[in-house]
Amino acid sequence: MAFGAASVAAGFTPAQSSVSSLLTFTGGSQFAIAGVIAGGGTAAAALGSGFLLGARNTLYAVRLQSLLDARGWMRPIAALLTIDESTAMALGQSQPRLSRLAFWWTAGAVYLFWNIATLVGALGAQALGDPKRFGLDAAVPAAFLALVAPRLRAGALPRRVALAGGLIAVLLIPLTPPGVPVLAACAALVVATDARVLRSLRRSR
Amino acid sequence: MSNATGWYIVLLSGVGCYALKLAGYVMPARWFEHSRLRRLIELMPVALLAALIVVQAVASGRHYDWNAARLAGVAVAAIAVWRKAPFIVVVILAATTAALLRAI
Repeated sequence: MAFGAASVAAGFTPAQSSVSSLLTFTGGSQFAIAGVIAGGGTAAAALGSGFLLGARNTLYAVRLQSLLDARGWMRPIAALLTIDESTAMALGQSQPRLSRLAFWWTAGAVYLFWNIATLVGALGAQALGDPKRFGLDAAVPAAFLALVAPRLRAGALPRRVALAGGLIAVLLIPLTPPGVPVLAACAALVVATDARVLRSLRRSR
Repeated sequence: MSNATGWYIVLLSGVGCYALKLAGYVMPARWFEHSRLRRLIELMPVALLAALIVVQAVASGRHYDWNAARLAGVAVAAIAVWRKAPFIVVVILAATTAALLRAI
């Protein structure tokens, strides 16, 4: 529901919001695109952020490739349904058969719920008017917080990356066009991984 | 944003994000074994989400916009996330906090 509302608040129609959930179907990217547009960013900046966030699904797909063993017309469907939730459930099982079961059931349930919720949220936001009155401007960063939290618990490196990314973004807000601070945060990442790679190289020598 | 621009963004994001997913199924797995590339892709969401949180919380276009009700909502969300509340609870708490502060 939060995505439908955020999307309409950013200027998309309910139909566009629903098509986004049907086709794009990866919440982080969808929220990012709506967020950048709502902040006045260009279409290119919005799509750039969306694609960078969506790149993690490629890694999920690589891991699921042999596990699911989806052939023929099942493969393009499995691809559409490859997201955080379905991947986590599939990888959490002890047997390949259970993994396949977990993937398809989780994916199906999330797809159904996500699309219904998008439509309800979009129509609701359209009917209610000013989204700020309902605190939607606080709900969107809250959604991002909830999305990033599990990754921050994974270790010190993600926490450093998050800190650097946030800092770069906040400093760039008055200096660059909207949307650019978010993309520039990726620079923090390149620096962080570089330092780590360099250190491990030095250690192995 | 015009209606056409909206469709153009929605359709392009759909095609692009789907292509990213499909790529993992059709490309050889060994292409992704390079550890630096993996780490980069794995950490990408962290950097982007952190930046998005900050921008959504304190920016309005190219200006800082320190809105008390919104910041309070985000702060409540941060506490909820820290206490491991479910996604939907975090979102509703943030919206309710900001809405209530604006109503009084």
